Amino acid sequence: MNWNWSVIYEYMPRLIDGVWVTLELVFLSGLLGLILAVPLALMRASHNRWLRMLPFGYIFFFRGTPLLVQIFLIYYGASQFDAIKESALWPILKEPYWCAIIAFTLNTAAYTAELIRGAIQAIPKGELEAADAFGMSRSLKIRRIVLPRAFGIVLPAYGNELILMLKSSSLASTITLLDITGAARTIIARTYTPLEIFFAAGMLYLLITAIMIGCFRLIEHRLNRYQHYKAPTVEAKKQPIGN
Amino acid sequence: MDLLGFGDLLLSGTWVTIKLALTSLVFGLAFGLLGASAKLSSFWPARMLATAYTTLVRGIPELLLVLTIYFGGSMLLMAVAEKFGYTEYIEISAFAAGVAALSIAFGAYSTEVFRGAIQAIPKGQWESAQALGMTRGKTFFRIILPQVWRLALPGLGNLFQVLLKDTALVSVVGLNDLMRQAYVATGSTKQPFTFYMAAAIIYLGLTVLATLTTTWLERAADPAARGARA
Repeated sequence: MNWNWSVIYEYMPRLIDGVWVTLELVFLSGLLGLILAVPLALMRASHNRWLRMLPFGYIFFFRGTPLLVQIFLIYYGASQFDAIKESALWPILKEPYWCAIIAFTLNTAAYTAELIRGAIQAIPKGELEAADAFGMSRSLKIRRIVLPRAFGIVLPAYGNELILMLKSSSLASTITLLDITGAARTIIARTYTPLEIFFAAGMLYLLITAIMIGCFRLIEHRLNRYQHYKAPTVEAKKQPIGN
Repeated sequence: MDLLGFGDLLLSGTWVTIKLALTSLVFGLAFGLLGASAKLSSFWPARMLATAYTTLVRGIPELLLVLTIYFGGSMLLMAVAEKFGYTEYIEISAFAAGVAALSIAFGAYSTEVFRGAIQAIPKGQWESAQALGMTRGKTFFRIILPQVWRLALPGLGNLFQVLLKDTALVSVVGLNDLMRQAYVATGSTKQPFTFYMAAAIIYLGLTVLATLTTTWLERAADPAARGARA
């Protein structure tokens, strides 16, 4: 067996095309998932028992089953029902791209909702009481105090979730999408050099992970800047005595 | 369970999934313990190797790992075997490739869990064991490891949940696990929703079972939870 660097070099542009598909999948479903997760988390952290129970089934299902099953359930499963095939949703549900987005969004929303719920419950009680003391209404308190604080607390954990999403996005290749893994598989079908091409694909994933970790460090530093606050030091002016 | 006559097929797939998960768990725990001892070793090449292992494996998708081992593994094995004069074709079974990929992934994550647990045990215990004349190896197996188990259990439980769900990935390379059998049933009945939903519910049952087992093990490992007094 000879290690073939030239095949990596030759097919790199195809893999780079895959990088864009992967990034699109991760960020689009990450964003939609976050939008969906916030109200779910607020419901899960609510004092009302019924409101708390409502998203439980959804979160339980999506966290307890493999993502691959969820993707197949949406992509292949939807075609079982004539009602869906005749509805306005069909043009979306027959596209593997949108099915992957829907599956990833629902999946990440379930995990993120639990993360945000944990963050909301970790906000010091005194801050909420202070908001009450100012006479803030419930929605104002959520908008100005609860959510900004929760985002600061949840950020490290959400960074991990997004990296897990990046890795899960490789499952899109099972429904014919040409993300990094999908592109690698089509290249290998032609060249039969699995070790070289999968190695290159792995390195691309590692690179994206490293960049994402770096970006999250920056955002974290910015969002939690109160933790790094240093009081301005007033330096005593050294003036020569006797002037 | 009948499911249009495909219930037995799904059950046989479930059994393969369970076997795959448990086999990978055993090897994965071994990898994790090895990785953690390497990370805590005073020998720097061991530390470097373990760090490279965890960073690499945790940064690439599990599916890519499965595909690489299944398609690349036999090439690699044949290249090694050729050096020893063996030139026949070697094929890795989907099950073996799955166990290899999943246990390597589990090992990388559990390395960190074990490392944290070992470091959480007070240094004084090492010192008192040394004072009793125990060697470092004996101290590790008799004093440290039994306590590591209790501290590492919650983390390992979470990792096992991930492992259980990742077994579905091995169906991509043709292992007849639950996911694959659901796919087969779909092919002849044209009822994908029914069978993938059935598979999802079985997976859900398995993860619930795994959670219950972990909680039970955690209670069993922690005398304080059973109401014992110090």
